[in-house]
Amino acid sequence: MKKSAAVEPGKPVRAVKVEWQLRLYVAGQTAKSAAALRNLQKLCETHLAGRYEIEVIDLLVNPKLAAGDQILAVPTLVRKFPEPIRKIIGDLSNEERVLVGLDVKPVP
Amino acid sequence: MTAKKDNVSATLVKAPTGIDGLDEITGGGLPRGRPTLVVGGPGCGKTMLAAEFIVQGAVRYGEPGVFMMFEENSDELTANVRSLGFDLGKLTKQKKVALDYVRIERSEIEETGEYDLDGLFIRLAHAVETVNAKRVVLDTIEALFSGLSDHAVLRAELRRLFRWLKDRGMTAVITGERGANSLTRYGLEEYVADCVIMLDHRVTEQVSTRRLRVVKYRGSAHGTNEYPFLIGTEGLSVLPITSLRLDHAASAERVATGIAKLDQMLGGKGIYRDSSMLISGAPGTGKSSVGASVADAACARGERVLLFAYEESAAQLARNMRSIGIDLERWVKKGRLHIHASRPTLQGLEQHLVFMYDAVRDFRPNVVVVDPISNLSLDRDDMGLKPTLMRLIDFLKQSHVTAVFTSLIGDSGAAFAESQIGVSSLMDTWLLLSNLEANGERTRALQVIKSRGMPHSNQVREFVFSDKGIDLIDVFVTEGRVLTGRMRLGAQHATVAGNVAPAAPGAIAKRKAKR
Repeated sequence: MKKSAAVEPGKPVRAVKVEWQLRLYVAGQTAKSAAALRNLQKLCETHLAGRYEIEVIDLLVNPKLAAGDQILAVPTLVRKFPEPIRKIIGDLSNEERVLVGLDVKPVP
Repeated sequence: MTAKKDNVSATLVKAPTGIDGLDEITGGGLPRGRPTLVVGGPGCGKTMLAAEFIVQGAVRYGEPGVFMMFEENSDELTANVRSLGFDLGKLTKQKKVALDYVRIERSEIEETGEYDLDGLFIRLAHAVETVNAKRVVLDTIEALFSGLSDHAVLRAELRRLFRWLKDRGMTAVITGERGANSLTRYGLEEYVADCVIMLDHRVTEQVSTRRLRVVKYRGSAHGTNEYPFLIGTEGLSVLPITSLRLDHAASAERVATGIAKLDQMLGGKGIYRDSSMLISGAPGTGKSSVGASVADAACARGERVLLFAYEESAAQLARNMRSIGIDLERWVKKGRLHIHASRPTLQGLEQHLVFMYDAVRDFRPNVVVVDPISNLSLDRDDMGLKPTLMRLIDFLKQSHVTAVFTSLIGDSGAAFAESQIGVSSLMDTWLLLSNLEANGERTRALQVIKSRGMPHSNQVREFVFSDKGIDLIDVFVTEGRVLTGRMRLGAQHATVAGNVAPAAPGAIAKRKAKR
């Protein structure tokens, strides 16, 4: 289940560097991972519209990638950029906490 | 497999750890296809035990393994186990071992909503598949508790993890930090209930010893004692003294002690090769000299001698022995004699024992002299000394080494008997050196308290040093009194003159013949 909200996974389409590079690790198509992706897309569209890209990695397909980002729990959202790397685990249902975790200033 | 077919273990198959002694205690190893919990405080050797389990599995038993670590990274682990002579890097390249470092940084992680630990499962499964593993180590999975705040999820996932390991038939070692009220800090024993091994690092009187105990082994008999264990240059070794069999070969060959008269007292031929001799005595009675004399005689026969000196430096010992006509330096130069002068209490008894083992394996001596064993322990009543010595003596016998131990004891008779009771039973030959004080004069005396398997003299001999070496002189008994030193000389002259009836004519006859 490799799909992306903004761009194709792994290769940024735009020439300009995207401000927010997010990576969502899941393991198969579970309810939790579906919910996490849904919650993330909604949140990004609300707060980071046009400034983000999401890469979804299914560890069942690519188990090797789990070690690289030190993934233990799924779903895990990794903020690759801006640095430093931040991780948010869970289905991202609490928007407030995701925003805090990503360090996104909520729209007033 | 070492599992025996004749008893209960027909159903319980075991996976050997390859760790010296541990397989002996557990009757063949850890329960195959099940998790074993290894508990201990910091610095107990949990990781080392786990690492050796993996390495030995891969190297000796054809069972590849996965080492998943949560506290140190792969490079650190590789460096740490290199000190035990294991090359994890090579094993990883050969696809016999897979290492995975799981790092959890609480500050980097925000939790929101439901999650599970599938990521961990996938990593573990991936590693297991990569090397086709049969063994798994999780060191130490408790780190998850400090990294993740939702302990309810974590516990459910741990239960699933151990189920998962069992379903795949993995022989697993799970390490855990020792808890204050429960066995482990986070109650891992709740999940891993088949076999629990406890490690302990204890310091008594500033001397540390490591101990291992099998707390529980479901469905199998096991040794229940606390066994000392060592981390040496070749990995761990657990020392189950009580299960060591007495099966060393007994040599009938006799070797001279370098003191002709002493050999005479010992049935005329000296001590048995590969036997152990204890020389105990008060300060200044000549213990070291007897030890040096045995060493000297062995070197003169062309044998190799290892001398552990705990009171004097090598140079000091050589100088002092030269004063009584024993030249140790020439043997050192010829490479027949090695003198290790050190303070053993600095390292701890167990660690020093490892050092001694290594030295003996390296040098392959025929004779080992330990001068004195009483210095192996700071505390004279040390309970640890006896088992340690027992192991040392067994080890030396199995290595075909004649062992000579000196031991410092108090001057009074009662203290002597008590302080030696522990170790003397381990010795084949026991010499006692003492000071006899009479008429304002002190003389040294030597007696053979026991010597297994040979007739030996029951007489006390006077023990004299000269620049030509050590000599023993029959004491002079006259009118029911034992005369030594000047009194003896005086009485002897008198006897020769024919004034006093001799009580020990044989003794005098010998003396006369000598002059």
